[in-house]
Amino acid sequence: MARMKFLCDAERCIECNGCVTACKNEHEVPWGVNRRRVVTLDDGVPGEKSISVACMHCTDAPCAAVCPVDCFYTTPDGIVLHNKDLCIGCGYCFYACPFGAPQYPQQSAFGVRGKMDKCTFCAGGPDADGSAEEIKKYGRNRIAEGKLPLCAEMCATKALIAGDGDVVADIYRKRVLKRGGRPQTWGWETAYKG
Amino acid sequence: MATNPKDPRARQRRRKRIALWSLVAILAGALLLPLGGYLYVNSVEAAPAQPAGAAAAEQQSNPRANYWRAVREGYEGYTAASGPYTTNVLIQNGGQNWRQVRNGPVAAVLPWVMAAMILGLGMYYVLHGPVKLSSPPSGRSVERWTFNERVLHWYTAVLFILLAITGLSLMLGRALMIPWMGLNAFGAYAGIAIAIHNYLGPLFIVGLILEIAFWVRYAIPKQVDWEWFKAGGGYFGGHAHPSAEKLNAGEKIFVFWLATVVMGIAVSITGIVLDFPNLGFSIQTMQISSIVHGVAAIIYVTIILMHMYLGSIGVNGALDAMTTGRVSAEWAKQHHDLWYQEVGRK
Repeated sequence: MARMKFLCDAERCIECNGCVTACKNEHEVPWGVNRRRVVTLDDGVPGEKSISVACMHCTDAPCAAVCPVDCFYTTPDGIVLHNKDLCIGCGYCFYACPFGAPQYPQQSAFGVRGKMDKCTFCAGGPDADGSAEEIKKYGRNRIAEGKLPLCAEMCATKALIAGDGDVVADIYRKRVLKRGGRPQTWGWETAYKG
Repeated sequence: MATNPKDPRARQRRRKRIALWSLVAILAGALLLPLGGYLYVNSVEAAPAQPAGAAAAEQQSNPRANYWRAVREGYEGYTAASGPYTTNVLIQNGGQNWRQVRNGPVAAVLPWVMAAMILGLGMYYVLHGPVKLSSPPSGRSVERWTFNERVLHWYTAVLFILLAITGLSLMLGRALMIPWMGLNAFGAYAGIAIAIHNYLGPLFIVGLILEIAFWVRYAIPKQVDWEWFKAGGGYFGGHAHPSAEKLNAGEKIFVFWLATVVMGIAVSITGIVLDFPNLGFSIQTMQISSIVHGVAAIIYVTIILMHMYLGSIGVNGALDAMTTGRVSAEWAKQHHDLWYQEVGRK
């Protein structure tokens, strides 16, 4: 079985936010909820880098480890999904997640969190594949249709790639080997004096 | 002494002196001149040595690796996305620490303290039984708590019990309740529990603050309280019941100061942080609050378990104080003799 992975190539991402828009549109994500976001490091400074980040579908997922109602599960593809019927909006997964993936729709004047929403790798949730229930709660289930996550499919520079971890790693390795210009190996300048 | 240069003895003395001083000068020069290198290095190369060293340090660590290391340690960037839970940090480290502390010491170890307290109280009851009145009640009684004080106590007590049950369910439910309830039933219960916990919490804080304000005057520690502790409160061995004021030393230190004041205020402040995510607290503040809330709550519940035992089945006649508000004169004399004398004088 494939082990699904996202990979964002920081040398290619141009911070167009196409992945964010594609995700929001495909899944009708509520206002204020970002399943995916682009973070630009050293914005406006030479050497700035942009990275698109969402749920990384960890093997030992911290969200799943701390959830008081145990609503997370990992699919055979290695995709971390959660059951919104169980979620109580306690916020623990947000505390634990290194990537800031869990999001909550604001529900009331008291600031009570709604049920957690996060990237599903376009794989929906525990409801029947493609059912109206599933689309309403988790968005489209593209994996069940044999398609890959829309954010990666939409990426103009193919910075964001998603799919079987082996294939993704292979693509990236070929890129690194073929990339021209100055050698990127650390110590090159010292060894060959420019 | 005037010397004659022609005097051969004087010439000999002079030669000896010259030889001695020459030797001293040669030795001193031999020892000190080699150190002059340091002087040269320090004075001449001090200024340009610094950038060269920095350049060397930079060459020793990979700039690209340093860049991503900074990202790994929570370096902040810019993001166009906006929302209450959207962060401009790619990787926040605190979560993993929070997970380890929360799932380890807080949720898996500390609750055993609570279990030990329940076990200890149960064993004490079985082996020792309740503390009995030493003389039969004569029918005379004294007022211990006014109506308002009792209403305040039970208001806070009922909220405390509800908060404790719902809070402990959320902390320990996954380990203790899901196995027999199942995911769906527990999920439904947890949804109600978190709502009760979040809405009643602020009401509990009101009761807590009023309790502290009304009862702090009875809880000032005095010399007699030290004697009470040294006698173990009269609960162990054949000790005679030590003297106590309206509140005995255990009530003062454990129930009032440690539980109500310290743990109560700790759970209140951290509870507000956790209850109102819309107030804009940082994720680090919420992580620390969650840990403090859990630890303080367990200690609080542990002490209150002891308080509940001693206020009900543990000490005969104690419960009357909080139900009718009056205790028998014999109970007052036995358990709170100094307070009884004070009431008697009035």
